[in-house]
Amino acid sequence: MNAAPNRGKNLRVAALAAGIAVGMAGLAYASVPLYRIFCQATGFGGTTQRAAAAPEYPIEKTITVRFDANTAASLGWLFKPEQIEMKVKLGEQALAHYRAINHAKDIRVGTATFNVTPPAAGVYFNKIQCFCFTEQTLKPGESVDMPVAFFVDPAILDDPDARAIDTITLSYTFYPVETPGAASN
Amino acid sequence: MAHATAAHDAHDHGHPTGWRRYVYSTNHKDIGTMYLIFAIIAGMIGGALSIAMRMELQEPGIQIFHGLAAMAYGAEGEAALDQGKHMYNVFVTGHALLMIFFMVMPAMIGGYGNWFVPLMIGAPDMAFPRMNNISFWLLPPALCLLLISMFVEGPAGMSGVGGGWTLYAPLSLDAGHPGPAMDFAILSIHLAGASSILGAINFITTIFNMRAPGMTLHKMPLFVWSILVTVFLLLLSLPVLAGAITMLLTDRNFGTAFFVPSKGGDPILFQHLFWFFGHPEVYILILPGFGIVSQIISTFSKKPVFGYLGMAYAMVAIGVVGFIVWAHHMYTVGMDADTQAYFIAATMIIAVPTGVKIFSWIATMWGGSIEFKAPMLWALGFIFLFTIGGVTGVVLANAGVDRSLHDTYYVVAHFHYVLSLGAVFAIFAAWYYWFPKITGRVIPDWIGSWHFYTAFVSANIVFFPQHFLGLAGMPRRYIDYPEAFAGWNLISSLGAYLSAIGMALFFYGIFRAFTSKERAAENPWGQGATTLEWTLSSPPPFHQFNTLPVIK
Repeated sequence: MNAAPNRGKNLRVAALAAGIAVGMAGLAYASVPLYRIFCQATGFGGTTQRAAAAPEYPIEKTITVRFDANTAASLGWLFKPEQIEMKVKLGEQALAHYRAINHAKDIRVGTATFNVTPPAAGVYFNKIQCFCFTEQTLKPGESVDMPVAFFVDPAILDDPDARAIDTITLSYTFYPVETPGAASN
Repeated sequence: MAHATAAHDAHDHGHPTGWRRYVYSTNHKDIGTMYLIFAIIAGMIGGALSIAMRMELQEPGIQIFHGLAAMAYGAEGEAALDQGKHMYNVFVTGHALLMIFFMVMPAMIGGYGNWFVPLMIGAPDMAFPRMNNISFWLLPPALCLLLISMFVEGPAGMSGVGGGWTLYAPLSLDAGHPGPAMDFAILSIHLAGASSILGAINFITTIFNMRAPGMTLHKMPLFVWSILVTVFLLLLSLPVLAGAITMLLTDRNFGTAFFVPSKGGDPILFQHLFWFFGHPEVYILILPGFGIVSQIISTFSKKPVFGYLGMAYAMVAIGVVGFIVWAHHMYTVGMDADTQAYFIAATMIIAVPTGVKIFSWIATMWGGSIEFKAPMLWALGFIFLFTIGGVTGVVLANAGVDRSLHDTYYVVAHFHYVLSLGAVFAIFAAWYYWFPKITGRVIPDWIGSWHFYTAFVSANIVFFPQHFLGLAGMPRRYIDYPEAFAGWNLISSLGAYLSAIGMALFFYGIFRAFTSKERAAENPWGQGATTLEWTLSSPPPFHQFNTLPVIK
């Protein structure tokens, strides 16, 4: 064929093109951790922040924080906030409580996902301590108190997109953890 | 079929005959023909699904799908009603996937691309003829997998994938579709994607390395430019879809948690990955149409294309910008105002190179000696209707407006104006333009013209009222709607039946061509047709350009 002299050149271009395709597939997978880092860094989609301690000086302006709880039906827990809402000063460390009761007849392990609404507030909502950071194990009938220590960063007042927010809703959803033992059943 | 008569070929080195000629084919023209026939078959199935949807939506209430479910799955009573509702969603999903992956892409890229890219650049064949063979033969199994998915369990107790072509998680995960139907659909897209990626590599190599002497990149016909840009988009975007649906597959079957919220995954990530593919994909569907229309407008105006370089680089610009606008499909997921503002601005910028193309087509016609043959009518219809679809696209680009119009029939009307009345009109334009070259036979011009008139009128009757339905708030992907939407839905359905009559004209044209003794000349279109394919016989010899043409 006439193409024969071009063979090497053709294979080089094809290899390059195939490399691009493989690279893009790799990028699709790389996007998973990158997206997670991006959400944590920017509070995208209402991703909350973690902090070691609240800033020293709270300011007088207050904001309302509302609490929401959801449970996957298969977990068999009753999970609810102990307070519907609270007013906190910006920068002031606050403590809210949730309660979970295991109504199932066996030991259940759960873990919670969380975010805040409106999403623009995510980057200013800092948790110091939260039950959602670890898996929770409840014996049948056991009832536990689940505290959340948090503060809202006063820097929210400097953000034109978030400045007008006067209510932040913190929402949790508890899911069963599929332990290796449970999965084999 | 078309090639029973091609045996008069002078350069024939004893190529395989009978079924081997096609199954073992390494000839770009035979493979192109198979792609076109494949696209016609898939288009008929996809079209039948859409007619069933319009029959259902002709009146409020549920008309036919509970009966269809009873027939197909043997369900009765309430179960038939439930299955019928799901079946409607299966039809919506199947229609979209068929039309995108198995009709428009095979016709434009596999069919016309295979046929005319080598001819237009003066090459003897594609760079990798055997890879070309596997690109095509991956498609029939992919189509079979998609069709099988309609008959195996999707949601508990129901058949098929009803998640829409976007396959959004979590509906496409265990929560929504625990059955194997979704896995069949995913594997079908994998195969179709692999086929397209191999095809893309083949086209890139062909266009870069196999141009005839003197055929510089800046002298290539615009159709070749459009295919070059298209295959680059394929190469960059399809692997991302492949990655995303592989994650979906492993989430479903192997316990990974990319998109499963209960295990820390994020369903929104799927939307980002999907639309990073999905937006370039819609340009993949339309860009070859731009190339086709450029050739046809120039041929029938008997003038070179106005602003050739601007036309070529407008397509490059559309391709590049197409990669950075994906989130305008997801304004409602909760992005902050700045992000939305960026995606609005980037999206609207695409109207600039698109405008360059529209105005250049008009300028090409200006002062030309225009002949209104069937391909020209289709091309003019394309320009007019694609522009309407483009204008509604600019409307939808506004995040604020989109809050109200997201997932309504306004969106359905918009993308059918650019795809069904845009891309498909370009496919028919190319059909009537290149049919004499491909087959050596002639479709009487009145058939192509009347096919155009019925298609133009009927497609507008189908889709223009859907703008009103969308503005009035009718959501898409529902089997039923309130009484208030009844009027325009009836008109839209009547238009769909008329378009089916138009398709009968299309098949009658093929019938006439193959039963008539009339044969096509080398160049049936006269002095305006200046590209290299018109210098060859109709149909071209089995092997062309044994001596490479030299372009001055």
